[in-house]
Amino acid sequence: MSPIALLGRIWLVLILIFLYAPILVMAAMSFNASPFYQLPFEYSSKWYSDMAGNEQIVTAAIRSVLIACAVTAIATAVGTAASVALFRYEFRGKRLLQALLFPPIAIPWLITGTAMLVFFFTIGIGRGTPAVIIGHVALALPYVIVTVTARLSSFDVTLEEAARSMGAGAWTVLRRVTLPWIAPGIVAGALFAFAVSFDQFVVSYFLSKPGDSTLPVLIYTAIRKGFTPEINAISTIIIAVSMAVMFLAARYSKFGGDR
Amino acid sequence: MAEVIHAQDRRRLLTLLGPAYLWLTLAVFLPLSAMLFFSFLSDMPGDAPDWGVTLGNYTQFLENPTYATLLWKSLKLGVTVTLFCIVIGYPCALVLAKSIKGRAREALFLMVILPFWSNSLVRIFSWAIVLRGNGVLERTLNWILPFDIRLNLMFTTEAVVIGLVHSYLPYVILTSYLALQAIDDDLIDAARSMGASKLTILNRLLLPLSLPGLLAGAVLVFVPVVGSFMEPRILGGRMGTYYGTVIEDQFVAVYNWPLGAALSFILLAVVLVILGAASPVLRRART
Repeated sequence: MSPIALLGRIWLVLILIFLYAPILVMAAMSFNASPFYQLPFEYSSKWYSDMAGNEQIVTAAIRSVLIACAVTAIATAVGTAASVALFRYEFRGKRLLQALLFPPIAIPWLITGTAMLVFFFTIGIGRGTPAVIIGHVALALPYVIVTVTARLSSFDVTLEEAARSMGAGAWTVLRRVTLPWIAPGIVAGALFAFAVSFDQFVVSYFLSKPGDSTLPVLIYTAIRKGFTPEINAISTIIIAVSMAVMFLAARYSKFGGDR
Repeated sequence: MAEVIHAQDRRRLLTLLGPAYLWLTLAVFLPLSAMLFFSFLSDMPGDAPDWGVTLGNYTQFLENPTYATLLWKSLKLGVTVTLFCIVIGYPCALVLAKSIKGRAREALFLMVILPFWSNSLVRIFSWAIVLRGNGVLERTLNWILPFDIRLNLMFTTEAVVIGLVHSYLPYVILTSYLALQAIDDDLIDAARSMGASKLTILNRLLLPLSLPGLLAGAVLVFVPVVGSFMEPRILGGRMGTYYGTVIEDQFVAVYNWPLGAALSFILLAVVLVILGAASPVLRRART
């Protein structure tokens, strides 16, 4: 191996350490008995049992998961329908519609979130779980549409034509030919949508009611009040869940892979 | 394709597209319009019966130098974080795309991208544990180094930069990697066979061809960093007052929504100007 290639690999390892070390430290500290993160390390699962007994954390966790599930269901259904239309039909204004998917991704969440707060307050939806769901779906939709469209672009339209020529109706074609092909794209899109909602902090922060908050909002409030290892414990669980979800999404969508 | 769209097709198109774009309109485009309207109000309509239309919120930005100073501070933070992400991330993408092959590459790429999709708040929090005085970083350094050092990075600008670089680094790696991977290896072989050195190949071939990807990554880092408020709050403490935290305050602490809306739109305008300046290069990236 040439010296440059060796140097490159060392660089890569250093970056991986940079990316993972703080997460691993946090995970390790959630098993440390000392509430002030004192070393030497002494194993204890105290913080996890404390966390499980903390009603606020448990309620917020359940709420976060339920919101993420609702967002996933809505965004996947609505987004898949839009992807099929964008792929199947040529029409005027199509490029504009595709361009409109980018503002929700590109505009800083601080601006989107505060704008949603202002608008929902004005029209009477106010703050709370419905507002959070509406906001999350809007953020997740572009990800679903982009993922499903990417999968569709490898779809052979002649398959549909063949099915139709053999007498299948539009609905049958969609259900028996198109949907099975794009299923992996839909699964990846759904996982993205779940991750967007479950990890979303900024928009939830502006849209959730005090005392009725999602898990990340609760954690933010707790950190600012001065944190305890209980927060480590729940944070460790969150990161494990979201990494597992994204690992699955990556397996399904194979983005950036060789194939 | 210049197909004539039949009435039936049009109905189907509307059924399929309608929900998604109605949703985006209700949850993104109308709110942005509402906020633009709010930014011209003198008072919150609910609070004061005599609210009117005014430019006052925008002139406040011009009259009170604090806002401009903080916007400048946030822009500088954006530039610093973006530069660090490029300097650290581009070589990493280069190694991944051109030096490592096969399954190892796929696995390593996934490992680099994975943290980026995990909760950003939790990752910032994890730095708070590492950086605090007498924390893990200080102890580790003292254990490695022969001399004792005092190192408490918590609540400093450095802490904010470290946390933000950690948050956004994968963006630059992802976009640069995709651009570099698209470069045909035959081109590199051709250059090498004609006697080009590694440095020449990098400067004259890889860097220009992957520049659009690198720039796309830079924009994806810069824009959210300029609008960040959670990271400076947690890692910056009293040093962590930025433009984003001032906007946050208007909405959750001071309840001056019209001013917050105006400050948000000034930020949006600055961001759009920067995106506009970068768009010619970005457009090349897509083709």
